Amino acid sequence: MLELDKVTVTFKGRGRAVAAVKEVSLKVAEGEVYGIIGTSGAGKSTLLRTINALERPTSGRVLVQGEEVNRLSGEALRRKRLTIGMVFQHFELVGSRSVAENIALPMKAAGRTELEISTRIDELLGLVELLDKKDARPDQLSGGQKQRVGIARALANRPSLLLCDEPTSALDLETTEAILDLLAGINRRLGVTLVVISHEMAVIKRICHRVAVMQGGQVVEENDTYSLFSDPRHPLSRELVEKSLGVALPERIAARAQGLLLRLVHLGFEAEEAVLTETARELGVHINILHGRIEYINGKPIGILLVEVGGSPRDQRLVLEKLRKRVAKIEVLAEARTQEVRP
Amino acid sequence: MNTLFSPELLQELSKASWETALMVGVGLALALVFGLPLGFGLFLTGKGMFLENRAVNAVGGLLVNFVRSLPFVILLILVLPVSKWVTGRITGPLAATVPLAICSIAFFARLVESALAEVSPGVVEAAQALGVTRWLLIREVLFPEALPGLVRGFTVTAISLIGYSAMAGVVGGGGIGFLAINYGYYRYETGVMVVTVALLMVLVVGVQGIGDWTAERLGKGE
Repeated sequence: MLELDKVTVTFKGRGRAVAAVKEVSLKVAEGEVYGIIGTSGAGKSTLLRTINALERPTSGRVLVQGEEVNRLSGEALRRKRLTIGMVFQHFELVGSRSVAENIALPMKAAGRTELEISTRIDELLGLVELLDKKDARPDQLSGGQKQRVGIARALANRPSLLLCDEPTSALDLETTEAILDLLAGINRRLGVTLVVISHEMAVIKRICHRVAVMQGGQVVEENDTYSLFSDPRHPLSRELVEKSLGVALPERIAARAQGLLLRLVHLGFEAEEAVLTETARELGVHINILHGRIEYINGKPIGILLVEVGGSPRDQRLVLEKLRKRVAKIEVLAEARTQEVRP
Repeated sequence: MNTLFSPELLQELSKASWETALMVGVGLALALVFGLPLGFGLFLTGKGMFLENRAVNAVGGLLVNFVRSLPFVILLILVLPVSKWVTGRITGPLAATVPLAICSIAFFARLVESALAEVSPGVVEAAQALGVTRWLLIREVLFPEALPGLVRGFTVTAISLIGYSAMAGVVGGGGIGFLAINYGYYRYETGVMVVTVALLMVLVVGVQGIGDWTAERLGKGE
């Protein structure tokens, strides 16, 4: 569907060249929701913009359905762009035109007839649930409604690929979720491939099948979303996942804890509480649950628990061994501070 | 004061009003016909736009700046041969419309260019990203988005033109402004001066009011 092959984008600054994107290669399969996450200035937006040639790569190739977009220009590029939708952070609607006229614009560019356009407008407004706003102007709409119009406009010519540049970054939490669900539905029902850029893990977590983590113009880690969340490798990925899952140990608790501090990650539907109580009973030690939560990623749960293990050093070692066999991932956060702990 | 509204003066006033209307009207019409495309041309050949062309943009810009930097009285005399060639005469209101038109075309073109520059580049880019043709981009994005600004620019052009038309007296153009100078200043008829100035003020305030109202309404998408 989409393939980036060693794409590099260099901007010429004052006398020196700055590489915004460095040799990025990735592939997105048909029907996939592919996320690109990174802090601002990581080059993700620049990378996305090479896909419809809003930005030209300095070197490398961008293939969309086998066609080298970076070589297209003029009318050929315009034709290609009709098959690639794009949604923007700040919606970028034509403020002086009605919702219907905004959605009609790309269809006029594709040479559709009046009749085709008006039927399609109703279809699209039904899809984004804005039928009653057909004749409204963008400034009469809320942020979420504007983005719905943006999505309808992007889908007007039935593109097979939809580029989303921070589609929810200008929206509040509730609206963000509604827009993300809409995008996920579009992917599921219409089979449109999505490339979504965001600096928020919440966005990635909710809709992306696979993710690339970008830093300094490079992809530092790429994985399916569930694996990235359960087992992040790169420091940046770890940091992002940790922040997103909210499992950093509260300082107050960390300072008070005396025993062995562990972070347990459960994957799938393991009965984690049972594992802990069983182990505790068997070895006769205390296991305190300090903090924990379960997150669902693409419908699959990840359970994260922070526990404190009491008992003698030997007991603690036994607990660790036992848990290692039954829990997907264990990380020792802190060794016991005293020999004998009675939490 | 008895002579102030004498039939003679009233006749002069109505003749002058007609001459001003002719000069301003023709000037504005030509500003619209030539200044608008020239302004679009300047904008579209500018940096980052799809007709980007440094040479054309620089030449166009220079030409506009040249006209705009000339004091109008000088321009008036400078283009006398052109006036003669176009209208067949070198005096009278019709001859004066030539320099007025040149001046207002250049003036309006600059205002058109800056009104277009006010259009959000993001919106233009979004349309391009979705494969919109150049013509559609101009007609469906740039023009409607810039329309309130274009109307304001047109209003400013009209008002400047009313002011400039007063100088048309130099080539016998006549008009309200000329009446003010001839009767009010040279003949010390203060009353006439007051009446003509009041008339000009009403005209300017009226034009500005209509312009503002139109721009406002367009801005709201009525």
